[in-house]
Amino acid sequence: MDILSLTLYIVLAPLFGGLLAGVDRRITARLQGRFGPPILQPFYDVAKLFCKETLVVRHTQTVYIIFFVVFMVFTGGIFYLGGDLLLVIFSMMLANTFLILAGYRGSSPYSTVGTERELLQMMAYEPMVLFYVVAIYMASKTFYVGQIATTSHPMLIKSLPGVFLGFVYVLTIKLRKSPFDLSTSHHGHQEIVKGITTEYTGPSLALIEIAHWYENILLLGLVALFFAPHLWLGVAASLTVYSLEIFIDNACARARWQMTVFSSWGIAAVLGFGNVLALTLFR
Amino acid sequence: METLVFLILYPVVAALALILIRGDSPRRFVVVASAVLLIVASCWLLKYDYSAPVNLYQVHADWIRLLMQIVELALAAYMIVLAVRHRKWPIVPLVLASAGVGLWFEVVHVHTMGKGVALSLNRFSLIMALITGIVGSLIAVYALGYMRTYHAHEKDVPDKRRTFFFVIFVFLSAMFGIVFSNDLLWFYFFWEITTVCSFVLIAYRGDQESINNAFLALGYNLAGGLAMLLGIVILFSQHGIFELDKLLLHDKSVVMAPVILLSIAGIVKSAQLPFSSWLVGAMVAPTPVSALLHSSTMVKAGVYLLVKLAPLFDGTYAGLLVALLGGFTFMMTSMIAISQSDAKKVLAYSTIANLGLIVMCAGIGTYEALWAAVLLIIFHAVAKCLLFLCVGSIAHVIGTRDIEAMDALVLAMPRLTWLMLIGMAGMFLAPFGMLISKWAALVAVIDANPILTFLLIYGSGATLFFWVKWMGRLLSVSQLRENIETGIQRTIWAPLYILGFLMTAVCFFFPYMSHRMIEPYVTGVYGTTFTMSPGNITIMIIMMGLVFLFFVSRKEVNFRNTRMVDAYLGGANLPGSKAFTGSAGAVQKIVLRNYYLEKYFGEKLLLYPSIFVALGLLIVLIIGAVA
Repeated sequence: MDILSLTLYIVLAPLFGGLLAGVDRRITARLQGRFGPPILQPFYDVAKLFCKETLVVRHTQTVYIIFFVVFMVFTGGIFYLGGDLLLVIFSMMLANTFLILAGYRGSSPYSTVGTERELLQMMAYEPMVLFYVVAIYMASKTFYVGQIATTSHPMLIKSLPGVFLGFVYVLTIKLRKSPFDLSTSHHGHQEIVKGITTEYTGPSLALIEIAHWYENILLLGLVALFFAPHLWLGVAASLTVYSLEIFIDNACARARWQMTVFSSWGIAAVLGFGNVLALTLFR
Repeated sequence: METLVFLILYPVVAALALILIRGDSPRRFVVVASAVLLIVASCWLLKYDYSAPVNLYQVHADWIRLLMQIVELALAAYMIVLAVRHRKWPIVPLVLASAGVGLWFEVVHVHTMGKGVALSLNRFSLIMALITGIVGSLIAVYALGYMRTYHAHEKDVPDKRRTFFFVIFVFLSAMFGIVFSNDLLWFYFFWEITTVCSFVLIAYRGDQESINNAFLALGYNLAGGLAMLLGIVILFSQHGIFELDKLLLHDKSVVMAPVILLSIAGIVKSAQLPFSSWLVGAMVAPTPVSALLHSSTMVKAGVYLLVKLAPLFDGTYAGLLVALLGGFTFMMTSMIAISQSDAKKVLAYSTIANLGLIVMCAGIGTYEALWAAVLLIIFHAVAKCLLFLCVGSIAHVIGTRDIEAMDALVLAMPRLTWLMLIGMAGMFLAPFGMLISKWAALVAVIDANPILTFLLIYGSGATLFFWVKWMGRLLSVSQLRENIETGIQRTIWAPLYILGFLMTAVCFFFPYMSHRMIEPYVTGVYGTTFTMSPGNITIMIIMMGLVFLFFVSRKEVNFRNTRMVDAYLGGANLPGSKAFTGSAGAVQKIVLRNYYLEKYFGEKLLLYPSIFVALGLLIVLIIGAVA
């Protein structure tokens, strides 16, 4: 049973993640008055990247990317198999640490700036993500995603509205969307070239892309958890949130890091901790 | 219980031998042999059966107390002479007060005490003894090679290595004394010895800065010691208690005042805000001293006392205040660590932060918190010791402790770098040691008082930032560097490798360790215990295996069609790619630097307000004790 669901997750997550990226690009293009690429374009891109030559600055840099992918897949695995939510978060941090070390390994000024910013982003979203776990544990008395997903009554969103809003706020950082896409850039004209992935090409860049698909599917799962046990409501809500992020992405200019870090910390303190406080005082 | 006595007395014998011996090779022999003996003896403690009520060592020996009193008075005289010579006047009244109260207590009360249990052994003191025995001894061995290089580098520091090793071993003896003592007066005696030892070691360089810092440490810890002595006096004169185990069984509501006084001593010794500056100042000492103070002795004595007292804190306002103080220290010092570029200072602030976490757990005082605290003590001791010793050796070779000078260290000193990375991973990264303990701490905090999660959560975001950027600095390579790792002695490599191995071992075998030692101890105290679910342990062991694969797979793993190119420099690379063409054709060398965010997390900016807040909490605590 577990093996079956694990296989299903490993196969389906990148499929949905890739589709999501395709739809994202299409909607973004329409918002900008362009026609946009086919929905399947992300898959074509990745396939093409795999056929390319790998250019490396340091011989060992690919290892870090491989471990980034492995741990990102692993993280999603823990989540979708109903594991411990704290472990999911810690494992996600571990995966992201490998990405950051990969960026440092790139050793060019561009990748270093991108990496430092990625690190700032990580520091920015971590408190809110941890409040998310704390609040969910307080509301449902368990850390296990499996139990939260099946036995939550009433839906978590009802007792955790603050956490939900705060989480959506930092989700913009996690999805690398404007105004918080400090560390990377999907647009050609921006100042730090490709940020953290500057020195990654060909198959290793493809791997990074696939890891992001897994990560996005995990993040949508984290949003959907607010609406458990109603699976389809959760899916609908997470897709709505994702569309919202696409609009925000297109409507905002990039923020400075001070704004990113301190606003996320402030939001976490007010909405995240405020919600925790409410649960403590009124339970 | 000969092993207990041996562990306390043998280091003194070794110390006496070391102060008499001149010459490197006999000293090396004595230190290495003593280290082996101490490690074997502390592991020997494992063979005792801990399921029976704690093993006890009863003595009715007035002469031991008399001897302790004489030593205490001699030390007091020594400190007064030094304080007068260096014109550190605040020390004098502190010493006089401690000595006076001690003497008065001796004359008036001690003969009425009767026979008590002086030494005892339980699983927690066993764990502490293992840490002191193994980690402390390894530091002593490391110091052999380190101090030789140290004096080769620093010609103007007088070579007082005989005193140095003497004090190190006395320190170890006192630490064993602390963890085995059940009689509070014995505890106090060993406590004061560690204070004096740390004073001598911090002042080792002999320049004005180290003397000032040494006196700062001395002043704070004497004040803490005085609080402890007052606590003991009150305990005996009002409640007739002079033994730790009796205190723990006593009704907590009536003994709160002396317990608060004892915990203040613990807070000072574990360098919590507002007293943190003595530990930061202590980094002027040679690195083995820092390693000793930070990992296995001194500060660990402070948290040992607090964790011992933890059951008394459960559900009290005093406990809440102690937890707030610890959590606040964790948060603020983690943030200050972001802005530091001196490697030893980062380590110092990270120590204070982690001790804060332990103090927080102690203050919460539930069984989950106790489990987390003990685990934190173990992991922190091993990881921090490894890091300090690595930084010491790196600084000797590259001539600076600046983290920015460690760029591309993975090429210059690959073996030390990988050992450092193991230590750092142990400090913050899933699924390694400290993270497991942080996890448990978080669970304990949520179950006890969710409001405290605030401090834990913001602190842990900052922790992540400063460790990862340091790791990145070691790994990124802007300029190629030659391997300069040769010429490091065997007495330096051996402890480093053993510690690296230990770090890996405690991570892989922590479930076993927890099952054999921590859980039974917690059950003994609370009747119930925290455990990690087998499922999570399995997942974490898998993760650990994966990360282990990473550490061994540092050889090239690459796709077909891989080609080496130069880093991207906006297309303006100059040959060799160590420089590029800047504006107006100027040649610019590549320099990669980390963010330190001085403007937002600077020491000057955050430290003083934090000290005031912490002082406020402390004053509330003290008034609580008086009222």
